[in-house]
Amino acid sequence: MLELRELYQEVILDHGKAPRNFGKPEGVTCESNGHNPLCGDTVTVYLRLRDDIVEDVGFEGRGCAISIASASMMTELLKDKSLEDVESMFLRFHQLVTEDKAAGESNFEDEEFEKLLVLAGVREFPMRVKCATLAWHTMNAALQGGGDEVTTE
Amino acid sequence: MKSSTALSQDSERDVTNRRDDFPVLAERVYDKSLVFLDSAASAQKPQCVIDAVNHCYSQEYANIHRGVYWLSARTTKTYEDARAKVQRFINAASQREIVFTKSTTEAINLVASSYGGSQLKSGDEVILSELEHHANIVPWQLLRDRIGIRIRVVPVDDRGNFLLDEYIKLLGPHTRLVALTHTSNALGTITPAEEIIRLAHDHGAHVLLDGAQFIVHGPVDVQALDVDFYTFSGHKLYGPSGIGVLYGKADILSAMPPYQGGGDMIRQVTFEKTEFADIPGRFEAGTPHIAGAYGLSAAIDYLTGIGMEKVAAQEQELLNYATGRLKEINSLRLIGTANNKAGIISFELDGVHPHDIGTILDREGVAVRVGHHCAQPLMDRFGIPGTVRASFGLYNDKSDVDALVTALAKVRDIFG
Repeated sequence: MLELRELYQEVILDHGKAPRNFGKPEGVTCESNGHNPLCGDTVTVYLRLRDDIVEDVGFEGRGCAISIASASMMTELLKDKSLEDVESMFLRFHQLVTEDKAAGESNFEDEEFEKLLVLAGVREFPMRVKCATLAWHTMNAALQGGGDEVTTE
Repeated sequence: MKSSTALSQDSERDVTNRRDDFPVLAERVYDKSLVFLDSAASAQKPQCVIDAVNHCYSQEYANIHRGVYWLSARTTKTYEDARAKVQRFINAASQREIVFTKSTTEAINLVASSYGGSQLKSGDEVILSELEHHANIVPWQLLRDRIGIRIRVVPVDDRGNFLLDEYIKLLGPHTRLVALTHTSNALGTITPAEEIIRLAHDHGAHVLLDGAQFIVHGPVDVQALDVDFYTFSGHKLYGPSGIGVLYGKADILSAMPPYQGGGDMIRQVTFEKTEFADIPGRFEAGTPHIAGAYGLSAAIDYLTGIGMEKVAAQEQELLNYATGRLKEINSLRLIGTANNKAGIISFELDGVHPHDIGTILDREGVAVRVGHHCAQPLMDRFGIPGTVRASFGLYNDKSDVDALVTALAKVRDIFG
């Protein structure tokens, strides 16, 4: 059984308490709102794209340590990435938190993405997977043109 | 007369023995004893309820009201006996006033749709309160969108007390219905039902009480209350899910059109027209939750065997103990400290989201509810996204509260 300490690692608690890129950047080109009806948590993800590159990214919202940490770490990772890279990270992150260990982690060779491995612990807490994925789905929706609010249901 | 210590010791013994009646409580969670503190969401079932449902399916089951054969007659009798038992349990004047629904939610929707749709008109006012569960908000909004009623909302104070003075201000010539919770599922506040009903009747308005939480807390006497509608669910009353009750005064129910059409709710059907059955059958279209009625009947027997006064007294004792223990935790803030409360305690811990608390408590074997408790307007009123809620059942004692307090220390270990 995964210990609680493995879910709530220091780095997650740190991002949860002091999230990075919290707020709306200048010159946002796309944004989207996400909502988890189960707990009422909300997140808004902002992106500024230029020539298919994420020039800046930020988020606002309220949520548990897992959801805030996941949003915060996502924004750190996405800066200066191409849309192609972003899409691949989105898919890989989804795999990481939903699929079993062997399948999940073998693909993750790049160092930057490895930072997200601390969130892999949510796999053992099925009720909490949506907390970790909310910001990513919201970011993806923003890139797809915003529109309707993303919900985890 | 017994001293309070003696009463307390008796209660502890009672509850310890009672735990054995609930088989699920013997389960271990993450190799720890299960500490179940979420009865306000749904209560665990005593063996007698499980046996009654089992008995229905293994020895008596057939569809009701239609079969001419022995088995169906027998099932019909038990189903109708359950109705009589509910009638006695809440002291209704007649069995005809007891409508089986699938839940409290369906009971409220039935009233909103049938009573609201036929008796209310544009501009009429329905009074709710900030304490309401979504199930007693959304049906009225649907009705508002359909026919243009106005919804007025009674506020609560910072401790979660229902503000009677504000309620009085809202009562007026347009008030037609007052639909209020009898006990808040999120804060535990017990509303002053007698006064609420008397004042509404003075204004010629009817009253619906959402009794989903109160029904497990103490005795309900719908005639003494003089309430017009009373709703509750079987599953919070230690019975099965999928069966609920709408009590309505016979004259009011009789004036209401059917809620759903189907079998069992008719007197005669031709393609030109249908004559509807009398109450309560008119509101029970389709095959109901037959085994659910068996289980509900057994649950009521179980509770009556203990005595609802005793249930209420033991719950109050535990509530007082828990309130005291939780107040010892510095970073903990109780949400909802009304003067009159049922065994429900909501709280938050500084700097830790309720969801994270819920996950950590779970790993300690402690099951609590976290989140907005289907009462988002109430959470907004207190400016919080949600709370951690511990709620007590017949099987909880001080050791469960102590386990909660110990598990909360673990939260502080992790979050600092």
